[in-house]
Amino acid sequence: MSTASTAIKAKQRPGDRVFSGSAVFAGSMILVTLAAVALFLIVQSIPAFFASHEDASILPESFWSYVGPLLFGTIWAAALALIMAVPISIGIALFISHYAPRRLASVLGYIVDLLAAVPSVVFGLWGIGVLAPAVQPIYAWLVDNVGWFPLFSGPVSGTGRTILTAGIVLAVMVLPIMTAICREVFLQTPVLHEEAALALGATRWEMIRTAVLPFGRSGIVSAAVLGLGRALGETMAVAMVLSASGAVTFQLLTSVNPSTIAANIALSFPEAFGINVNVLIATGLILFIVTFVVNAIARWIVSRRQEFSGAN
Amino acid sequence: MTMTTKPEPTTSVATPIQNSLTAGRLPTPAPWLILGAAIAVSAAIFGVMGLAGEAGYNWGGALLVGALLYIPSIWLFSMLVEGRRRAMDRLVTALVTGAFVLAMIPLISLTITVITFGLNRFDADFFTMSMRNVTGEGGGVLHAIVGTLLMTGTAAIISIPIGLMTSIYLVEYGRGQLARGITFLVDVMTGIPSIVAGLFAYALFSIFLGPGTRTGIAGAVALAVLMIPVVVRSSEEMLRLVPNELREASYALGVPKWLTIVKVVLPTSIAGITTGIMLSIARVIGETAPLLIAAGFTQSMNWNLFDGRMSSLPVFVYTQYANQGNPPEAYLDRAWAAALTLILIVMALNLIARLVARFFAPKFGR
Repeated sequence: MSTASTAIKAKQRPGDRVFSGSAVFAGSMILVTLAAVALFLIVQSIPAFFASHEDASILPESFWSYVGPLLFGTIWAAALALIMAVPISIGIALFISHYAPRRLASVLGYIVDLLAAVPSVVFGLWGIGVLAPAVQPIYAWLVDNVGWFPLFSGPVSGTGRTILTAGIVLAVMVLPIMTAICREVFLQTPVLHEEAALALGATRWEMIRTAVLPFGRSGIVSAAVLGLGRALGETMAVAMVLSASGAVTFQLLTSVNPSTIAANIALSFPEAFGINVNVLIATGLILFIVTFVVNAIARWIVSRRQEFSGAN
Repeated sequence: MTMTTKPEPTTSVATPIQNSLTAGRLPTPAPWLILGAAIAVSAAIFGVMGLAGEAGYNWGGALLVGALLYIPSIWLFSMLVEGRRRAMDRLVTALVTGAFVLAMIPLISLTITVITFGLNRFDADFFTMSMRNVTGEGGGVLHAIVGTLLMTGTAAIISIPIGLMTSIYLVEYGRGQLARGITFLVDVMTGIPSIVAGLFAYALFSIFLGPGTRTGIAGAVALAVLMIPVVVRSSEEMLRLVPNELREASYALGVPKWLTIVKVVLPTSIAGITTGIMLSIARVIGETAPLLIAAGFTQSMNWNLFDGRMSSLPVFVYTQYANQGNPPEAYLDRAWAAALTLILIVMALNLIARLVARFFAPKFGR
């Protein structure tokens, strides 16, 4: 009887069992860790959801009226950062991939990556010590001359530590990751597309507009969403640079600024006690959910891109 | 167009050909000339404005406005000489280069600031003393360096085996539902904000050891949560780069799977894995928020991970800034010096990682 149809099983040695067992164990540790993160955060947050001002001294009324302005500030600061960082990172990525001399390109890419190596607390220190004093005169000028525009209405902050400054610092911090992703995608543009465009007489910009950008569109979007996820969760730089008052306002240049969830936790946690701790952990849970949703959207875009890659 | 049949015999340099292909274009040095002119105009404007005010000459402002002035002027000149399409090309070139230069401004400014302020207190005392019983000037950062090394080291000890084995599982064993689930969860873990990791470690230890517990091990756990996904991602990428032929050759010789992984796959990818691990350490060593939440801060030496609060370099920077005493300069100097130390450590880790990647990469030469 022929045995060609039955699969040949390799002999299972003890070493194999131990090794594959520990590999599976390590993999499941990830599962356990994440489940533990979610579980502990939820367990510690439950008392906060039903707390009122009598239970927790930092709550104005209910939990939701406390977390609402913080959530607004988190999203507003991240959005400001993104508005500044997206065009600049696309520009840098194009410069490195298509404009800079070939030999210099990798060195320039490494220099941009250096920005990612700077710890956030150093960015915070720099933001207070250098950036805020440097931009304050510009803010004052903006309020005096363009103050009719609602975003720029006064009175101007005397220290420059406004939500716009925090947005600038956040933008600098998310630049490296966004640039790296955009650069990767732009470099993957099929060379034939680029050469075809150039052969038809396109200038370099027309080549980029017709070949590189359409190919890299979903890459740009996923880079932007990943940068948004980073900016939402960034803590220390915002906590140090922003002088927050917890108001809900769109004004960029005044000393009345909304705070962000992460910065608020970092500033309030060391002195928190009793149920206040649970309130802060609950705001952390909200932040976790928001970043989770944002990252899920980014992954969904990336996976769609793999299916409908522009290369074919 | 006139044709010269007799070229000048005395000149060795060929004269540039004047034909329709290069006609109607700006000469090569034109952009630089326009840039210089733009900066000169802006410098003159700032000079006139500076005469009126009392403040010193604003070099940064002059350069910035000059660079901004260059963008419309190159477009205008190109529009007049070269036409609309080339003008657009020049404009985008200027904008793209400008974006790069703009990103360099914070990097350069940050480097200069950290070095100039940091060197004020970058002395022997700073690295041999703790902050115990220090008010005002003096004191050092030794307790924070010890804390950083202990906590980061422990985080590495936790996360390197888990991360490496997980990536081995994903590449060598993982099929079906579990592998897909783990890949997804690693993605989720990558996106955990650092402060949430700190809250998790705090919540975990306060449930078992009572509320308000802040220890070094909690900080290490928080860092490990942040580090594991980075290790998994980078090692997985490196393991996937190992050619399948190597594995098949090993199997064909009758080598068991686990020995193939240990003796063939890992040695081939060890340089890349080491680089990834070093970069992940460099990433978590600068984390402030989780350590502030989970490990707290102290002024004294603490060698015990399991008892009492533990300082670390980034938290030291933050607390020196946030709780300034008298005189405030002493506190700020310590903060900047610690920031410089931190940046030097991170840069050194990055540099070593790149060197490992370059010199120990497997040679696939034939």
